Amino acid sequence: MSVVGHLGTAVGPHETPPPPPRRGRRLLPYLLLLPGGLWLTIFFAVPAVQLAATSLYDPSGSLQDGYAMTWEFGNYADALSAYWPHFVRSLIYAGIATVLCLLLGYPLAYAIAQKATRFKNLMLVCVIAPFFTSFLVRTLAWKTILSDNGWVVGVLRDVGILGADGRLLATSAAVVLGLTYNFLPFMVLPLYASLDRLDGRLLEAASDLYASPLRAFAKVTLPLSMPGVVAGTLLTFIPAAGDYINAELLGTPNQYMIGNVIDSAFLVRLDYPQAAALSFILMAAILAMVFVYVKRAGTDEVL
Amino acid sequence: MADKGDLRLVNLTKRFGVFTAVDDLSLTIPQGGFFALLGASGCGKTTTLRMVAGLEEPTSGKVLLGGSDISRLRPYKRPVNTVFQSYALFPHLDVFENVAFGLRRRGVGDIRAQVERMLALVQLEGYGKRRPAQLSGGQQQRVALARALINHPRVLLLDEPLGALDLKLRRQMQIELKRIQTEVGLTFVHVTHDQEEAMTMADTVAVMNAGRIEQLGAPAELYEFPSTPFVANFLGQSNLLAGEVSGRSGQDILVSAYGSRFSVPAGRCRAVDGDVYLGVRPEKLHLAPNSDSVPAGHQWVTGVVSDSSYVGVSTQYLVRTPWGTEISAFASNAGVLAQVPVGAQVVAYWRPDHAFLLSRQAGAGDATQPLLEPVP
Repeated sequence: MSVVGHLGTAVGPHETPPPPPRRGRRLLPYLLLLPGGLWLTIFFAVPAVQLAATSLYDPSGSLQDGYAMTWEFGNYADALSAYWPHFVRSLIYAGIATVLCLLLGYPLAYAIAQKATRFKNLMLVCVIAPFFTSFLVRTLAWKTILSDNGWVVGVLRDVGILGADGRLLATSAAVVLGLTYNFLPFMVLPLYASLDRLDGRLLEAASDLYASPLRAFAKVTLPLSMPGVVAGTLLTFIPAAGDYINAELLGTPNQYMIGNVIDSAFLVRLDYPQAAALSFILMAAILAMVFVYVKRAGTDEVL
Repeated sequence: MADKGDLRLVNLTKRFGVFTAVDDLSLTIPQGGFFALLGASGCGKTTTLRMVAGLEEPTSGKVLLGGSDISRLRPYKRPVNTVFQSYALFPHLDVFENVAFGLRRRGVGDIRAQVERMLALVQLEGYGKRRPAQLSGGQQQRVALARALINHPRVLLLDEPLGALDLKLRRQMQIELKRIQTEVGLTFVHVTHDQEEAMTMADTVAVMNAGRIEQLGAPAELYEFPSTPFVANFLGQSNLLAGEVSGRSGQDILVSAYGSRFSVPAGRCRAVDGDVYLGVRPEKLHLAPNSDSVPAGHQWVTGVVSDSSYVGVSTQYLVRTPWGTEISAFASNAGVLAQVPVGAQVVAYWRPDHAFLLSRQAGAGDATQPLLEPVP
C-alpha cells in the first residue's frame, strides 16, 4: 500500500507536461502481438492455406504418387453430393444438443449466479470438474452408462419408456445425449457470467412496476442474459457440429456425423482432397449459420 | 372514515436477525402530502420505504392504504411506485420503453401519448430513443421519476433519489420535484439524510433515529421547537446548555444553569421540571461587547470568542463559556457590524421566547455540537 502511495506521489509531478512517447512505447503493442501472431501464422494460417490448396488437388493422385494442383473445384460438389446426409445429421444432432444444453444449463447457471450465495464457488467447480478427466474417457464412461445391461436402460425398460429389447447405445439418442453431456459446461459458464452480472435491483424495479416474477424474467432477466445465451450456444454448437468421438463411441455408422467422414477420409481412405473439401464445407456452413444467428439475436457485444 | 387515500403504518416492525431496523413505527401520511423521512444512514428509513413498496416483508405490523391492508401484497400488486436511489433503469431498453414499462405490464392502452406527455413533464422530450447509459445523472433521475409517475400510483416513494447528483443539480431537481408533486397531486414519501432537502421539499418531516420516529411535524415547527436533543441537533445546530428547573414565575419556567438563572416561556418547554437542556439556535444568539449593551428583556451568558469563520451570508462565531463548553452564534452579514476578533470578551444574548427547554438525562453535559448518537 505505502509503496503504491509513494510511487503515486513521485510520478505525479512528472506527468505534466506529458513526455513524448518513446519509440519503445509505440512499438509495445506490436511486441505484445508478436508471439501469438507468430503462433497463429505458423500453426493456423499456413496450414489453412495448405488445406485450401489440398482441397483443390486432382483427386486421382495419392500419397505415394503425389498430388497435382488442378484447381479441381469439382471436389466440393462431389464431397457434398456423397456426404450431404452426414452434414444434415451433424447440424441436427448439434442443434438438438445445443437446445438441450440451453434447457439444462440456463436454470443451472441461474441458480448458481442468483441463488447459491454460499455454495457458488463450489457449484462452479462442480460444473468444471469433468474437465479434470479426458473427453475420451468421459465418453467411454457413457458407453458403460448407456449399455444394454446398465441401470439406465434397465430403469427405462421397467417404466416402459423403452421396449423390452429397446436399447440406448448405438442410437441417435445416445449420440445426442453424449454431445449434450460433453458440451454442457461450455453453455453453463458464459450463461453464468452474464447472469452473475445481473443487478438484482433491476428485478426489484420490475416488480415495483407491476411485473410478476415470470414477466420480470421474460422482460428483464432473459434480455439481459442474451449475450450469455448467444456465447453459450455458439460455444456448444460449433464444436458439437464438428465432433466425431460421440458418434464413434456411442453410435454406429448409421449415426456418423461429418466429423467421422472427414476422419476416415484423412486417416482410412487417405483421400486428402476430399477430406480437405469436406472440412471447408463444414467451416463455411458453420460460419454462415453463426453469422445469421448473431444477426438475428442482435447482440452486438458478441461479435 | 376520512382517510380515503391515507397511507398508514401501524406498529410496523422489521428485524434482521437480532438487529431491529424499524421499531414499532406508527404514522399516518395524508393523501396528497409531501412527506419526508429524515435520518442518518442506518436509522431504518429506507427499510420503512421498502416495506411500503413490498420489497421487504414486515416482521410485524401493518401497512394500510386507504383503509385496506396491503402488508402482504406482492410488490407488483401494490398501487405504489418507487424512484430508486440507484435509479435502476433497464439498460437494455430505451427511455421510451423504460417509461412505458409499467403501462405495458398492466396492459394499458394509448401508451405512446401517455409516455410523450410524461417525458414532457420531466422535460425530456425527444430523448425517447436514447439508452439510459447515454444520459447524464440528472436525466436518468428524471427518467426514473417519469417511469414511476406514469402509473399514477396512490403513493410515490422516493429513496434518496437526488443523492447521486451534484449540489447545483440537486437544488434544481428539488424545485422540479416539488413542482411536479403540486401538479400531479400524489402522495410523495421521500427518504433522505439531507435535512435541508427534507425541509425545502416536504410539508411534513419525520425525523427517524434507531428505527423510531423522534419527531414529526412541519419543517418550521421541527426547527423552531424540537422535541428531543437529537432533533435539535440533526435539524440544523443547537446550543444546548445543561441545567435544572428551579421554579416557575407566571407563564415562565425558571432554569438555573452554571450559577445563572434563565427563563423560558412555558409554551416553549418540552419539560417543566427536573434536568433540562436550555436550547438556543445559533442564529438567535447575538453578540455584544458587554452586558450593558444587551437590550432589555434579553438573557445572556459571557464568554470569549474562540473561533470565527466568515461564510459570506453570515459569520459563525464559537464562544467559549466560563464553564468550558463552546456555544455557536451566527451573525448575519446584512448590516455594517464590525467583525468581532478572536479572543474578544463578549456577551451572547437571546430573547427568552427564542429559547426552548428539552428534558435531559441526569448527568448529561452541554450538547452544542451536532449529535451523532441520540442522548438516551
